[in-house]
Amino acid sequence: MKIKDTVHYAWKKHILVLLLFALCLYSSIRCTQADFAQLAGNIGQVGVFLRKLAHPDFSYLPKLISPMVKTLKMSALGTAAGMLLAIPFSFLATTVVTGNRVITNAVRFVLNVIRTIPNLLLASLLVAIVGIGEATGVLTIAIFTFGMASQLIFESIETIDMSPLESAQAVGANRLKTAVWAVWPQIASSVASYTFYAFELNVRASTVLGYVGAGGIGVKLNEALGLFKYERVSIIILFIFAVVVVVDALSEMIRRRLK
Amino acid sequence: MITFQHVSKTYPNGVRGLVDIDLTIGDGEFVSIIGLSGAGKSTLLRSINRLNDITEGEILIDGRSITRANKRELKLIRRTIGLISQQFNLVKRSTVQRNVLSGKLGYYSNVKSILGLFSREDYALCTQVLEKVNLSDKLHERCDNLSGGQQQRVSIARTLFQEAGIILADEPVASLDPATSQEIMAELRSINQSMDKTVIVNIHSIELARKFSDRILALQDGRLVFDGPPAALDDDVLRMVYKGDSFLQEDRRGRP
Amino acid sequence: MKISARLKKPLLTLAVIALLLWCAMDINWSSLSRFSWGSFAATLSRICQPAWGDFYNGTSEDILHLMLVTIAIGFFGTTVGTVLAVPFTLLASANLWNNRILPRVGKFILDVLRSFPELVYAIIFIKVVGPGPFAGVLAIGVHQIGMLGKLFTEEMERMDETAVEACHAVGANGLKTMFYARLPQLLPLYASLVLNHFEIAVRSASTLGLVGAGGIGATLIFAIQACRWPRVGIILLTVVVTVFLLDLLTSQIRKRLR
Repeated sequence: MKIKDTVHYAWKKHILVLLLFALCLYSSIRCTQADFAQLAGNIGQVGVFLRKLAHPDFSYLPKLISPMVKTLKMSALGTAAGMLLAIPFSFLATTVVTGNRVITNAVRFVLNVIRTIPNLLLASLLVAIVGIGEATGVLTIAIFTFGMASQLIFESIETIDMSPLESAQAVGANRLKTAVWAVWPQIASSVASYTFYAFELNVRASTVLGYVGAGGIGVKLNEALGLFKYERVSIIILFIFAVVVVVDALSEMIRRRLK
Repeated sequence: MITFQHVSKTYPNGVRGLVDIDLTIGDGEFVSIIGLSGAGKSTLLRSINRLNDITEGEILIDGRSITRANKRELKLIRRTIGLISQQFNLVKRSTVQRNVLSGKLGYYSNVKSILGLFSREDYALCTQVLEKVNLSDKLHERCDNLSGGQQQRVSIARTLFQEAGIILADEPVASLDPATSQEIMAELRSINQSMDKTVIVNIHSIELARKFSDRILALQDGRLVFDGPPAALDDDVLRMVYKGDSFLQEDRRGRP
Repeated sequence: MKISARLKKPLLTLAVIALLLWCAMDINWSSLSRFSWGSFAATLSRICQPAWGDFYNGTSEDILHLMLVTIAIGFFGTTVGTVLAVPFTLLASANLWNNRILPRVGKFILDVLRSFPELVYAIIFIKVVGPGPFAGVLAIGVHQIGMLGKLFTEEMERMDETAVEACHAVGANGLKTMFYARLPQLLPLYASLVLNHFEIAVRSASTLGLVGAGGIGATLIFAIQACRWPRVGIILLTVVVTVFLLDLLTSQIRKRLR
């Protein structure tokens, strides 16, 4: 019996993949200066955090309402602005409307680049350029929404039914008219549901945006972390979690109505 | 030998799946079970290896009760019963060989199974059973690259590899085209005759049941209403089993 | 009173606009007043002239080295997250248990783990192991347990159970069934999810530096605060190109996994 007749016929490939993985893992452990002894020694610290986190400070909740409302308002504005911007750009990112591969690929490239910049880096960059404040938060959310939504929208444009387009072109509609009358009705409901999806993600991301001073509930989180008040951290995160659940349920309800 | 002693099955919602079945199936028989959908064919077949639990009575496999077997005994009895089903029950992403070898998982220790340390004899047997079902060139082929008929032959090969004395086939041809159905049934019949294995088949096609079986069982609402050779299965019986004759006319028209 | 269908759409639009205006009124826009297009354009043009010299100069402070550390944080963090996600997946998958409570408990733990942002984990782990890349690894790892655990569990519960039945029918126990019927179906899906999360991890590793958890983030923040725009330019370019290349690489591997 030869090994190539057994279930281990591809053993060379498997060993190679395993070795490659081990090499990557080893070098990343070295590179990140992992110190497991220290982790094991101080693991008790985690217990302390967990104990504090398990006792959320509910008395702090009333002070969170107004920053949370602010966060929701910022998210709503940012989402709306981002979506409004995303719609024309996603049309440009498909050949359906432009009929030009060069423009399409260029737009797509720009969208890809915007998406690769992590939220927080984008926020800190904007803080540096525009200055600290709530307006910066809205701007960050708008750009983030734009990057994410435009990709979702152009992907859904690519999967639509093409026959209404042909009939629109057959009656002599130009490209803009085709987009408005033949493409838009087909994607409108998905755009609506992406809007809610983006809004939800933005509410979640607001925890982080406060860290760079971009306003809202994130600022409170940052404060609590800075003062080591983990009971407050706990209630803030619980609160955000609850709001996200409510937003999720609401958007689910509205999306079902829209269908 | 498989013995049913007053076997009944009542579902928690009160529906009766099987009603007082008394039955003995001898070694080397080829038995077909016919009946309407929902008449209890699957329930009957799957109670033989206790994939379905029965609520009353007892089933004996070669004199050992599978109904009262504990976990370990159940595994030992299940090793001697092969199962073929409509959806082939293969791991689609695994190779043909791995699927066939999985037939003997009940015989190997945990460590040996996980590491794939099957014996030289079993590898030879695997090759041999794949030759028997004409798939010897597909050893390292992934199952999702095979046609429906080929996949069903892999699952037949698995029961052969399992060296089970009893083969249960739950609607083995229901998702196959007519020509392939004939092939698969012929394959099962030849295994039954050349290797002296007991084969029990659930089947919708009366034509195929008549052509290949030694004995036909008919179920109606969980009751055994007919038990006899194909020749005794006349139109009166069929009319009773299928509650009307519209089906029969179609069947007669389809017959050559 | 019933609003006619014709009026419904404009009314809805009006309501949305009113809502947005109400939101806008409450926002403090004053920071925008100091904004001028001239300085914006100047900043942008300096960002667009990356300081290539900073990319590689042989020290451990150059951008290339920091980016490699960032990738290492992502890789190690994802590995930790994947390994630790497995026991939680086994606990949370309802189809592996006859018990209804244990999977609920497992899912609850995963939900809790996921609801804390990585930044919070990073701050906690900095207290445990000190500032540095290892804190970032642990933060990403713990967060990934929640993410991957949830996705792993969903795949486990969605899987085709017919092959599992076949294994039970030949007398195999739960462990053998896991290795012969479940894992062959799930591994390619899991590998694909893990690769996707590796890319996400690298992206978040590049922000964790903000709180001192290693990687390229800290350097970027310092450069921004010091208004060293050409340096900001090269850092952003490196991050974007790296994430882009990783995306390309992982999607190639994922295509082959199918």
